[in-house]
This record gives sequence, structure tokens and C-alpha cells, in this order.
Amino acid sequence: MKNKILPFSVIIIFGIIFFIFYKGLEDSKIYIPDVNTKKEIPVFNTKEFFSGENVKSSSIFELDKFYLLNIWSSWCVPCRQEHPFLMNLNLENKLNIIGMNYKDNLKNAENFLKELGNPYKEIFIDLDGTIAIEWGAYGVPESFLIYNNEIIKKYIGPLNQELIDEINLLIK
Amino acid sequence: MKFLKFFLIVIILFPLSSINADENDKRNKITKNLRCLICQGQSVYDSDSEFANSLKIVVDKKLQEGLSEDQIYEYFKTKYGEWILYDPGLNKNTYILWLLPILIFLIGGAIIYKSFIVKK
Amino acid sequence: MIYSLIGYYSLIIGLIIGLSLFYFSYKNFNNSNTLDTKILSFTFLQLFFVVISFLCLIFSFVISDFSNETVFNNSHTTKPLFYKISGTWGNHEGSLLLWLLVLTLFIFLFLVRTKNQPVKYKILTLVFQQIIIVGFFLFLIKTSNPFNYIFPIPTEGLGLNPILQDPALAIHPPVLYLGYVGSSIIFSSVLAATSLKIISTSWASHIKKWILISWIFLTLGILLGSIWAYYELGWGGFWFWDPVENVSLMPWLALTTLLHCILVLEKKSILTSWVIILSITTFTLSMCGTFLVRSGILNSVHTFANDPERGLFILVFLFILIFLSILIFFFFHKDNDRKSHSFFWLSKETSILINNWFMMYFLSVVLIGTVYPIFLDVISSQKISVGPPFYHKLIIPFLIPFLLMMAIGPKLKWIKSQLEDKIYLISFLIISILLAFLVLKNFNQNILINTILISSALYLFFMTLRDFFSQKYKNISQNIAHFGFSLLILSILFNNLFASEIITNLKVGETFENSKTKIVFESVDQKKEKNYNAIVANFFISNLNGEEDRFSPELRIYNQPVIATSEADIKTTLMSDKFIVINLVQNQDFFNVRYQVKPFMLWIWLSVILISFGGIVSFLQKRS
Repeated sequence: MKNKILPFSVIIIFGIIFFIFYKGLEDSKIYIPDVNTKKEIPVFNTKEFFSGENVKSSSIFELDKFYLLNIWSSWCVPCRQEHPFLMNLNLENKLNIIGMNYKDNLKNAENFLKELGNPYKEIFIDLDGTIAIEWGAYGVPESFLIYNNEIIKKYIGPLNQELIDEINLLIK
Repeated sequence: MKFLKFFLIVIILFPLSSINADENDKRNKITKNLRCLICQGQSVYDSDSEFANSLKIVVDKKLQEGLSEDQIYEYFKTKYGEWILYDPGLNKNTYILWLLPILIFLIGGAIIYKSFIVKK
Repeated sequence: MIYSLIGYYSLIIGLIIGLSLFYFSYKNFNNSNTLDTKILSFTFLQLFFVVISFLCLIFSFVISDFSNETVFNNSHTTKPLFYKISGTWGNHEGSLLLWLLVLTLFIFLFLVRTKNQPVKYKILTLVFQQIIIVGFFLFLIKTSNPFNYIFPIPTEGLGLNPILQDPALAIHPPVLYLGYVGSSIIFSSVLAATSLKIISTSWASHIKKWILISWIFLTLGILLGSIWAYYELGWGGFWFWDPVENVSLMPWLALTTLLHCILVLEKKSILTSWVIILSITTFTLSMCGTFLVRSGILNSVHTFANDPERGLFILVFLFILIFLSILIFFFFHKDNDRKSHSFFWLSKETSILINNWFMMYFLSVVLIGTVYPIFLDVISSQKISVGPPFYHKLIIPFLIPFLLMMAIGPKLKWIKSQLEDKIYLISFLIISILLAFLVLKNFNQNILINTILISSALYLFFMTLRDFFSQKYKNISQNIAHFGFSLLILSILFNNLFASEIITNLKVGETFENSKTKIVFESVDQKKEKNYNAIVANFFISNLNGEEDRFSPELRIYNQPVIATSEADIKTTLMSDKFIVINLVQNQDFFNVRYQVKPFMLWIWLSVILISFGGIVSFLQKRS
């Protein structure tokens, strides 16, 4: 009897391992940090884009309004692709789009806005990328849907029509 | 003969012993433990991506503010998740990870011990 | 295009030959004193057609035949010829063709070179190997065809990732595969030998050569991969515990353990279970590694294209092989040497057992560290990273007793031993400890663990050196290999401890200076090559010892695919490497400069070569 236990348990163990690997294949393997928990927005100080004046985060975000924070740069190619969507979203006038200009050369950024339009109610700058880290972002473009100083949803990568529709649903 | 070898090696190694440890030790240690999330397989210390460079600045800032190493790790964990640390600490998710190899070692030792405990 | 057709149909023919070999083996199994010539010639034909197929693919790359999808995806007309050729196996489909090449080559050589073994054994080995070969043919033809046709024919290809365009990486796959895939023959022959119950000391002598070949190539293959990482990837490291690196290390650990066991089995009929299980494990780990790397289940800087369908095929294939092996092991292998399982505690047998024990522990650390994130993700949807700190914490403390055992173990006699030369043993130990302490006394970090670690490595170093010079020559290959290992550990430790780095931002014309080093950023040039444009930064670096060097690291922009890389400039001398790399900083007019001094880098490479040289010496030795 003892002689049978070992082979059987070995086979069962390998069966379990097979099953786990099998399931592992089914999931997507590019890890995206948790996009769904409600978190409070970070508090920070920075400078306003055009004027260069100091600005506090508490003065940008008010309660009871929806905001979309969009992290962008002139050197970021997908940002160009998502920009028209932001322009349209701004025209619909349902929420305030705030821009965070990330690690950019101000002249190039201004030209970017001149060329593609400015959908942002306010823009502030993040020259060394540390504010983006406060937000838990890691690249450009990324966008955050905010209400009552809480992050409702985080979007990694450029926005597209599908995501814009989702945003519209969420802000009703 | 042996003493010749001994002296040879001492002479070679001696100049090395006067090299000091690097500055920024703590910062290096921390950034080596942080994963560059857009790099697919490099630490923040090794990487020169935008993300990694910004992260290094944040680490410097936090160190200046006086945060301890663990507090800095906690900070990044809340921002990005456990995934950003290369050292999987000992917590409920990782007990098996750390203890299974040790367990295997002990079991192996027991098996070997049995095989020669009888005869002497 | 004609080459794609020839290549593809050669594969089909090869598959058919494989299936017919099953038939011939079955027919000829019982009635033979000599191997049926049909079997031998068909095995050769199978190899022949795989070679043809492989050459067709190479040729398609060389002439930039973009009607072939693989060539289109991985090549470009402006690539230098050397990299056009090596691009053949630098992609998923081509590398699988390389798998087949090694699989068919090894079984053919096995049949030709094996004398003095029963014919049934040779046939059965062929059968098991053909299971693997046919599986790979199916995998290739069904999911990873290197000869897919695309229309309309593009005029230009997508190019090969520039970091793969490096000499070390060009030959890394073939060498690695000779080791990795070569372990297939050990797998097949062990299963055959177990089924026929012919595992014995004489069989061990026969299989030992194959184990040595596989081991030597695997060691060198891993070395080449590390050298490539060091020279190409630009961060000055050579091992990162990245999943793909681990995946090549695991079979190596199993194979090294197997090597030790077979050397024992050659002399005494013990450890047969170990030999069988380790042989199965080595190849299983190779296959498992292939699965992990190609299926997309792991994230890594090295992974091939992610494709779950391919992953599923390999997974099922792998587990079929595992279950087959388990069945054969439990059904056919009766452990006859129960009697001799009780060893005296101080004997060679025990020291080998202890070696196995530690090696299996190291293997489990690497295996668990690599696959645990997958398991955790599946079971509880939590994602964690397992990186260098994990491996270091679990491996380094155990290296210490391991090194000491390596020093003492080979001195023990069979069955029962007393420690001779106690004076030497103890005095060397004391010298090692003193030396280590001397070296480390100016360091504040981790002085205890480092002292003990360095002492152990030095102890092994001195012991093997002394054995070499006392002209015992009893086991020179082991001597060389163990000495090489001590040198490797010492090199890595000293490299780690005494490396220094300067990171600074400099504009052209600026200088950085600290108490020991002066870096002058002299100028910037532009360079145009066939497939890239480059900015060359010229540095003049001098240090306190009066050494002066000029360095020219580059920033390259390749044309296809458009990728920017940073090429380090490395000056290698016997005692240390000087390593400099630059990077652009977004929107700034200065460069980020990293200058590292890394002692003993060359010794790390040399010591691994020395280890494999020990294996080569053993291979060339006549049977005593």
C-alpha cells in the first residue's frame, strides 16, 4: 500500500501544477496597477502653465464637480492621438478637463496646444515627474476621473471613443 | 611555498581594501529594490527611463524628509501595488514563497539523515 | 520563395520519417542483434531534411526574401550579413527549427557512437527521442511555421531588434541549445534504460559522455548570455535573476547534480534513483523553460512574442512527457540497492548526497522564485515581483557550507574515511579567514557575512590549488572545475564589494571631479553606419593611480525598427573593467553619464570557462 501512495501523490501534485499553469495562460500578462479602488487625490503644490505662478492643488479641484485630469506631453505620440477626443469632450461642457504637462519643454508644449487646440480649463506643470508619481501614474498619457476629491477611475494610455463614452456614463 | 602564495594574494588585494563604499548608499539600495514599471525587467536604479528618473527624485525627496527605508517602500506600495518591490517581503501572500524552499531543505536533510543514521 | 517551399516540405518529410521510425522500431524491436540499417539511415535522413529546412531558412534571411513571414518580421536589407544569418534563430520560429536540428542531430550521433549497449536499448532511446521530435515537428508546423507565405510581398522587412545584433548573442542560442536541448538524449536514454532495467555501472560510463557534452555546452551557453547582457544591455550587470536567465540556470543545476551522480554510479551501483529522476528533471526543466518563455505567461525583458495558443501546446506536450516519465519510473524502476543505502557519515557517498541535497535546494529556490508569481496570480489575483533580493537572501547563506563541503568532500574515501592531513585542512581555514578579514576591514557593510563567505570561497580556492600542485592528479577534471567555481564566487564577491560608480549630468565641455576620479566630457561627434545613426560622446577619464583612458560611448538610433539604444564603452583589463554609458535626458541639453569601475569582471568570465574546461578534460580522458 505504501508503494502506491508515492506515485499517486506525485501524479496528483503534477496535475494541480498543470491546472494552475493552464489557468495562468488565460490571464493577460501585462500588469497594470490597480485601476479601480477609490483613492483620495494627492495634495501638491506646483506652477501654473502659462503664468508660472504658484498654485495649490486644493484650489484646482473643488467639491461637487467632475474633473478629468489628463497627463500629457508634447513629446508623447499617443497624446496627439487622444487630443481630438479631449477637444470634443471639452465642447460638450459636462466636466472640467485639467491638464498636467509632464516633463516637458514649455515652448514645445505651447506649440502643441497652438497646433492641436487647448481643451483644458487649467493646466499645471510637472517638470520632474514627481507629481505624476504622487498620482500613481507612470507614463503619458494617463487620465483620472475625479469627483469630490476622489479618484473614481484611472485610464492608462490614450483615450478613445469607447472610454469617452464610459466617462460620459459615469458623470451622469 | 604556501607563504609565497599567501603574500602574493595579500599584495594584490591590499590596494583594494582602501576603496571606500559609495555615497548615496541608501538611495541606491532602495532604487535597486524598486521595479521600473515601464521597463519590463529592470530596477529603477539600472533604468534611465523617464519614470525611473522621476522615481529617483522622489526617493531622494523622501529620504531628505527623513522617511525610513520601510516607510518609502510603503509609500510606493500604496501608489503602485506590491509589484513595484523586488523584495517580496514576508507577508500573508509570501509565506509559502519564503518557507517552501526552507521546508524542502529540511525534508531533504531528514531523508539523508535517515540513510546513514543506522550504520556507524 | 522556392526556399520556403523546400524548407516547408522538408519539415513535412521529417515528420513522416519520424512517424515511420515508430513503425520500424516496433517491427524491429525483438529481432535484432544489430541495429537495423533502415532505422539508422532513416534517422540520418530525418536529420538531413531538418538541416535542409534550416539552411533554407538561413538562405531566405540572407537574400532577404520577404515573402517569408518570419524573414519579414525579423530582418531588414541593411542588416549586416552576420546578423542576417544569426537573425535566423533569433526569433521564435527559427529557434524552434534549431531545437529540431539539435534533437535530430543528437539522436543520430547517439545511434552511431553507442557501442557495447544492447540494441533494444538503442531502439527504445530512439523511440522516446522521436516522441519529442515528432511533438516538435507538430508544434512547428501547426503553430510556428517558419515558412509562412505573405502576399503581397513587402519590399522591406521589420528588422531585428538592435540589442540582438551582437556577436555574443548571435552564437548564444546555438551553444545554449546544444546543452539545453542536448539533455533530451539523456532523458530518452534514461527512460529506455529504466524500462529495460539495464542501469548499471557500465551503462553509466556510456551515458557519462553525453551528460558531459550537454553540461559543457549549457555552461558555455549561459556564460555567453551573461556576457551579452553585460556588454549590450547597458547597465553593467551580468545576472539579474530574470525569468529567462533562471530558466537556463535550472537545467544547469539539475544537470550538474546529475553529473556528480553519474560519476558515482560509474564506480558503484548506488544513486540510481537519483540518476533517473535528475535526467528526467533536467530535460523537463528545459521544456518547462521553453513554455515559460514563449507562452506569454511571464513578463521579462527577454520574452519572445506572447502567444497563448503556443503556450497551451507546449504545456500539454510537457505534461505528457512528465506523466510518461513518472509512469515509467514507478513501474519499471525497483530500487535494488536498498542495502547499500546506509552510508557511514564520513564518506564520499555522504558528501555526494550532501551535494545533491544542497543543489536541489538551490534549484528549488530558483524554481519557486520564478513560478510563484504565476501561482499567486492564478490563485488569488495578487501580483508580486520576485527579484534579486529574494534569491540572494536564500542562496548566499547556504553557499557557505556548500563551499566548505566542496573543499573537503573530494578528499573523503569511499565507504569510510578519516580526515587525513588535518593540519593542512585547519591551517588553510585559518589563513582564509584571516585573509578575508584583512580584505574587508575597511568596510562597514555586512562585514560578518562577507568575511565568512569570502573565507569559505578562499578555503575552496586554496584546497583545490594545493591538490593541483601536490600532483595527485587523481581527479584533475574535478580539481579544475571546483577551482574554477571558487574563483567564480571570489570574483563575483570582489566585483560586488569593490565596484564603484559615478552618476552625474554633464554638458559638452564640462568636467566632473571627485577625490579619486576626473571625468572630462570632451566633445560629441556624429556617426553614420549602414543601419544606424549615432551620437558619439568623447570622454577623457583619469584617476588617482595615474591611469588615463579615452572613452566613446554612443547613442544609436537604428533605422528598422526605429529604436534608440545606448552603447556602453567598456575597457577591459585583467584586474578590472571600466564601464561608461550615457543617456539623453528629456528636454535638457546635458547628458546623464554613468561611469563604473568593476574589478575582476574578466575573472568572472574566465572562471566559468575554467569550470567548463574541467568538463572538457573529463570528456577527453580515457576510461581509467
